[in-house]
Amino acid sequence: MAGSKTIRVLIAKPGLDGHDRGAKVIARALRDSGMEVIYTGLRQTPEQIVETAIQEDVQVIGLSILSGAHNFLFPRVMELLREKNAEDILVIGGGVIPEEDIPGLKEAGIKEVFTPGTPTSEIINFIKANVKV
Amino acid sequence: MYDKESLSKLSEHKQNWEKNVLNKVLNKKPERKEKFFTGSNIEINGVYTGLDIQELDYSKDLGFPGEYPYTRGVYPTMYRGRLWTMRQYAGFGTAEESNKRYKYLLSQGQTGLSVAFDLPTQIGYDSDHPLSRGEVGKVGVAIDSLKDMEILFEGIPLDKVSTSMTINAPAAILLAMYIAIAEKQGITPDKLSGTIQNDILKEYIARGTYIFPPEQSMRLITDIFEFCSEHMPKWNTISISGYHIREAGATAVQEVAFTLANGIAYVEAAIKAGLSVDDFAPRLSFFFNAHNDLFEEVAKFRAARRLWAKIMKERFKAQDPKSMMLRFHTQTAGSTLTAQQPDNNIVRVTIQALAAVLGGTQSLHTNSRDEALALPSEDSVRIALRTQQIIAHESGVADTIDPLAGSYYVEFLTNTIEQKAKEYIDKIETLGGAPKAIEKGYIQQEIQNSAYSYQMEVEQGKRIVVGVNKFKIEEDPPKGLLKVDPSVGKLQEEKIKQLKATRDNLQVSKALQELKKCAETDKNLMPPIIKCVRAYCTLGEICDALRAVFGEYKAPINL
Amino acid sequence: MDMVQKILKGDKRSIARLITLIENQAEEVRELLKQLHKFTGKAITIGITGPPGAGKSSIVNFLAKKFREDNKKVGIIAIDPTSPFTGGAILGDRIRMQDLTLDEGIYIRSMGSRGALGGLSRASYDAVKVLDAAGMDYIIIETVGVGQSEVDIIKLADIVVLVLIPGMGDEVQAIKAGVMEIADIFVVNKSDLDGADRLITEIQLNLDLNQDKNRIKPPIIKTVATAGEGIAELNITIKDIHKRLHDSGLLQIKRKARICQELQELIREIHIKQIVSSFEAKIDIFTEKILKKEIDPYTAALAILNNKNGYISID
Repeated sequence: MAGSKTIRVLIAKPGLDGHDRGAKVIARALRDSGMEVIYTGLRQTPEQIVETAIQEDVQVIGLSILSGAHNFLFPRVMELLREKNAEDILVIGGGVIPEEDIPGLKEAGIKEVFTPGTPTSEIINFIKANVKV
Repeated sequence: MYDKESLSKLSEHKQNWEKNVLNKVLNKKPERKEKFFTGSNIEINGVYTGLDIQELDYSKDLGFPGEYPYTRGVYPTMYRGRLWTMRQYAGFGTAEESNKRYKYLLSQGQTGLSVAFDLPTQIGYDSDHPLSRGEVGKVGVAIDSLKDMEILFEGIPLDKVSTSMTINAPAAILLAMYIAIAEKQGITPDKLSGTIQNDILKEYIARGTYIFPPEQSMRLITDIFEFCSEHMPKWNTISISGYHIREAGATAVQEVAFTLANGIAYVEAAIKAGLSVDDFAPRLSFFFNAHNDLFEEVAKFRAARRLWAKIMKERFKAQDPKSMMLRFHTQTAGSTLTAQQPDNNIVRVTIQALAAVLGGTQSLHTNSRDEALALPSEDSVRIALRTQQIIAHESGVADTIDPLAGSYYVEFLTNTIEQKAKEYIDKIETLGGAPKAIEKGYIQQEIQNSAYSYQMEVEQGKRIVVGVNKFKIEEDPPKGLLKVDPSVGKLQEEKIKQLKATRDNLQVSKALQELKKCAETDKNLMPPIIKCVRAYCTLGEICDALRAVFGEYKAPINL
Repeated sequence: MDMVQKILKGDKRSIARLITLIENQAEEVRELLKQLHKFTGKAITIGITGPPGAGKSSIVNFLAKKFREDNKKVGIIAIDPTSPFTGGAILGDRIRMQDLTLDEGIYIRSMGSRGALGGLSRASYDAVKVLDAAGMDYIIIETVGVGQSEVDIIKLADIVVLVLIPGMGDEVQAIKAGVMEIADIFVVNKSDLDGADRLITEIQLNLDLNQDKNRIKPPIIKTVATAGEGIAELNITIKDIHKRLHDSGLLQIKRKARICQELQELIREIHIKQIVSSFEAKIDIFTEKILKKEIDPYTAALAILNNKNGYISID
């Protein structure tokens, strides 16, 4: 008998940036849409994020950065996921991210980048459409 | 302000108007919304009269400018005497690049500097620390040692400008560096004017650049208070900040309440450390946010001034009027800027800046239109500065003091915000004061609830954000955004290597040893820190010495 | 290598996967658990419970570090309540255990209580077994002490640690009697706060009033978890209590009772599912009838149960 399948999401703040308003609002919105959300807190290294994602067996990692360090930190997370054979995890990003950086991030494996002003419902729909549980 | 007779006449008149004029219209066509609210959820009536501020006593509640309780402003002439300081927050990449930007801003008529540091500097890591990777020079300038600081202020006469530094956990170290470079320009500390943010409580609440646990952090702060009261009479030793609390999602009422609650905690800590209130309180300064809800914002500034004056006088028994004056810097609200149709942000910033000026700010930073996308470009920064200059020189609002005083609505809002903020402060008192309320996660939780309901209101269309959930257009990605050269990290790493090879390393370890020893006692930490920076210890080395004694803070998270 | 082999070798990815399958009640789970069963029973399981804000996660964090000093492997299961309305949950206990993340010898899993009415879900029982089979020496289960879960913890743990803090009002009175009785160790956290000594006195008094011969008198440990104070003592006490439980045979009794209870619950669960699924159509029909006042619920239930074969006499 198959029971309920709940989407598990890791919301992570890589780097040193302490602005977590967005991360927290998203975490709550995802919870309210029926997902289980693991929030890492601030100042996580890419290594910690990937290890947490594996131990928690999440289907989605949401990375939030407002400091401008995304071009280094996002690809680093992807690299480590590949090293651990965990590239099946859907990775999305958000924060203050210039349009022109987005193609590069997508090339690195980030599935979608959500910039300020994105409704949480759009993120929820994206996750639901792209995660197979 | 009103006698009984005229109030009852007014009340009668109002009832007649409602019956004979208003209701006739309402019966035909209802208003746009059933109810109207400010951003702080204060219900707004259609019209205000003296009936709404019956209790207002002009002399007791407003007074004249420069007079207790300072509702109308802290100085008797306000902007008629001197305009506010136009101070644009800036800094990125290396000290060399930032130095250039400062000189440009000064040449454009800016009157004070405001230094933005990168995150590794703010959290006490050198540029070559593993956690610094990708962050060096990104949100501000990278400062690893006195060497960088020398370059940052090269050719800028420190006795002529006032400098504000957005630095908190390692504030004592950056202040020490500022003192040391002034020395090299032949300027003694007592001639220096400026501000360090130095507000650790709001870092725990909202901004996240903490290093040490609360107790040790508070000690660093009171050490600075003590040092400056002796050596730096013109220096603002702290900028108690509501700005970031608001950015994290707080309402206007919460901004006032939580900021002043933090202020109370600092005053108490300093008194407990043996300082007397009038020795340090005149150098406390504040930092607020300016949002779009024009009247509520103006009322917020007025309410904050009145409430702080009362707290200082009644609770802390301050004698010196300067101890009761809430002087503040304002920055327009970064969180209201949209990535969509970024030019609209110029208009938002104008309204916000107007609120700050009508609210009697002492200095102002206006955000640039492209800040939801990246660090501001030079063009955008100039428009932002011009916005202030237009308000100052063309709009006429700076020519009389507190022009909105006496507006039934604004006085009503001022009263209401003060009262609601007071209720929050009382609640925080019952939890044991701001540090305890932060430890319990109460303040963070309140802010998050506001942030979440705001977001939901926007998504449900109950709140219109132009260009975001209404009046949208297809647009091309913006061009000309500022890019920080990613090689800054490498460059800084090189500089550190070179520094460590050329400085007197014996001096360095001696100075660090001395600092550690001092940290274990309750002696003032400023002198050994100044010694460290003079010996070219790096910021990371100094912070590590303190980490070894103080430990590090771990944040509680309540969602 | 198949999943079972990988789990026995302690592979974290496989452990994590299986726990997800357990949570999702996937078909293949029964078979996998069957294979793992004979490898269980070696770990010492420690339940840590107490009211929200008592500092449980900090204690778990430091305690795990202590176990690591002895080179023991540690599995941690942190359970947070699932929202009954949306099925979602914020699992936030991990935040205080961040510095454990990269430790090879530690595995941390956050779980939502998922529909177990205030108690612990079946999934958490099975997750403990997976960690046990994976070779963890200690398994720490952290639950928020609300509803049924704090009493439920005894079904999972050899040793129950109840964490309390001073200044929560009517202190011990506020704690349900059941929890006082199942605790093997009391921890008074934030013991630098006012009221800590009073709290200890109250616990002491309560324990003296409710003495039980079949129970080792629970020690009371003072901690300041954020600073790691008192954790060394807690570590020693846990080992000591474990030894005494073991030597006195109480541990065996506890474990046996646990297995017995689990078996009963399983029977009940499976049985109810079977009954309900075999009567789905009838339930629909009778619901309509009850709604129309043609029959009362009690009579309807009996009617369904007495007609297992589907013949319904009442019409």
